[in-house]
Amino acid sequence: MKNLLELEHVTMQFGGVVAVNDLSMHVDENEIVALIGPNGAGKTTAFNCITGVYEPSNGKISYDGKCIIANHPSGKMAKLYAGKEHEMYLGGKVLAPTPDEITKLGIARTFQNIRLFKSMNVFDNVLTAMHVRAKANLFSSVFRLSWKEEKEMRDATEKLLKEQNLWEMRAEEATSLPYGLQRRLEIARALATRPKLLLLDEPAAGMNPQETQELASFIKEIKERYGLTVLMIEHHMDLVMNISDRIYVLDFGSLIAEGTPEEVQSNQRVIDAYLGVAENV
Amino acid sequence: MEKEKRNNLIMTFIAIALVYLVVFILELTLRPTSIVFTVLRKGAIYSLVAVSMNLLNGFTGLFSLGQAGFMLLGAYTYAILTIPTEVKQSDRVYRYYDAVINFDTGVFVALIAAGLVAAFFAFLIGLPVLRLKSDYLAIATLGFAEIIRAIFQWDVLGPLTNGANLLREFKDLSRITLPFSDIPFPPTLFVFIVAGVCILLVVLLINSSYGRAFKAIRDDEVAAEAMGINLFKHKEMSFVISSFFAGISGALLAMFQYTVQAQQFRTMLTYEILLIVVIGGIGSISGSCIASFLYIALSEWWLRGLDMGTFLGINAPELFRSGFRRLVFSVIIMIIVLFFSKGIMGDKEISFERMKHLFRKKRKAKGADA
Repeated sequence: MKNLLELEHVTMQFGGVVAVNDLSMHVDENEIVALIGPNGAGKTTAFNCITGVYEPSNGKISYDGKCIIANHPSGKMAKLYAGKEHEMYLGGKVLAPTPDEITKLGIARTFQNIRLFKSMNVFDNVLTAMHVRAKANLFSSVFRLSWKEEKEMRDATEKLLKEQNLWEMRAEEATSLPYGLQRRLEIARALATRPKLLLLDEPAAGMNPQETQELASFIKEIKERYGLTVLMIEHHMDLVMNISDRIYVLDFGSLIAEGTPEEVQSNQRVIDAYLGVAENV
Repeated sequence: MEKEKRNNLIMTFIAIALVYLVVFILELTLRPTSIVFTVLRKGAIYSLVAVSMNLLNGFTGLFSLGQAGFMLLGAYTYAILTIPTEVKQSDRVYRYYDAVINFDTGVFVALIAAGLVAAFFAFLIGLPVLRLKSDYLAIATLGFAEIIRAIFQWDVLGPLTNGANLLREFKDLSRITLPFSDIPFPPTLFVFIVAGVCILLVVLLINSSYGRAFKAIRDDEVAAEAMGINLFKHKEMSFVISSFFAGISGALLAMFQYTVQAQQFRTMLTYEILLIVVIGGIGSISGSCIASFLYIALSEWWLRGLDMGTFLGINAPELFRSGFRRLVFSVIIMIIVLFFSKGIMGDKEISFERMKHLFRKKRKAKGADA
């Protein structure tokens, strides 16, 4: 199986705090991989490094065989740096793309706290996300010379919304939808950018067990239908254990375990991280 | 659904055409010095600049206060380009300087150039300034407008800008002719056509794929970026386009006023426009247009009596004297901002669909009463 995303020794340090320390992981094509860990373990920070929101202090991230993000401690960070592998990438090139460039490469994401476009209805939310793949320039777009492309975008939006069972609510304000549907809309919006890799940041947050069940089958379904690879952060263990092929466990910024759900479940370090260790008195 | 939409669109076009027809008829029948024309012309010019500001503030979520500066650039570009060559060579306008621009262009070319010059400056300023957020952006653009005003009065630039002196004798509203002839063009209609075309372009932009990207940035920058929208590129785009139209409206203002002086483009002008945008509704094109006509009608016409001694038939020269109008006006504005903070239209547009809806509701309410 092909490596789609690969993180090598990624470290993210804010001032003196090392939020992610020497994280190396990979996601293969057509996999569902989960990134779990207690609160504050650095999962979302890792996500933000992959999507270009943060510039990692050290390390390298490759997508589809090509290096897309690379950095090494320099300037003030060279002195402050407290992570591992300080010397590894020194003198190497620095690549720090903005989030929109990452999205163009085919990596889409959702957010932990839903971030829909508040003033727009359901249809426009998805249609707006199609903009990234539009080829029309400003001129042809304003003068409607690209009406064909516009129509294609509208048709694609319609198709996507129908597939996601959101077509009936297309005219409703995005933020007036029930919580579960807002999540679903956010995923649909991410799909509209036509990604190969979908990053889900706590997709089941705030959902009841039944909704979580539905979400699990939903994620599997979109993975099959759009040929996606999924990397997700999640706290609901039943969801994680149910659908992921592999799991990475973070604690205090460092990777403490990886493997299949069964392997991770029986890993003593993971149990310690979640439940705490009894101190020897 | 589609058919209804198309019908509404056709109705809108008919309504707009009617407005233009009325303007044309008024121009044929009324005295050319009538106050109605002042209100209509200035209202149309302010509509355009308010719409351009709304594109930035209301649709892209960038709080910029540079509008007066870009209008000044437009007004000067237009005036300098259309002062006839023989006037430039005589000392009627450039009394203390030798004009550097030794040619003149037609109205159309000068209008476009006015927009382009403003857009070019916006592009340059946007490079550093658009990396700032909210208040800081407002401060930076406000500062730019003031600096531009000061620079244009600098006498080193005199050969270009005529220093702090007036520019006049350019092709103002009374000197516009039909193309390739000497027949005068109806001036109010001219202002309406130019402003109308520009506003139409803005409407087309807002409803295009790029317009949706602008709105996405306004709603949530982080999400917009994650959806592949390059923040800087789109902000710059919006800023440049907004300034382009501000430049054109500056040129129109120059035509309307017959003279141009940098002094006129004070910060107060930007605040007036901001006020119109807020009163009309942030994020509503039709709101901006309605509000600018209302604002101009109030300040230039309906409240005039408050300064002149007689208002609504009450004759009280002791109370209604010069300056009282401004006081009343401020109170009205305060009431609007305090109690109707969403403005006339909110972020909705006026449309036949909505009007039908409104009428239906009213009828229903009446039916319930009976």
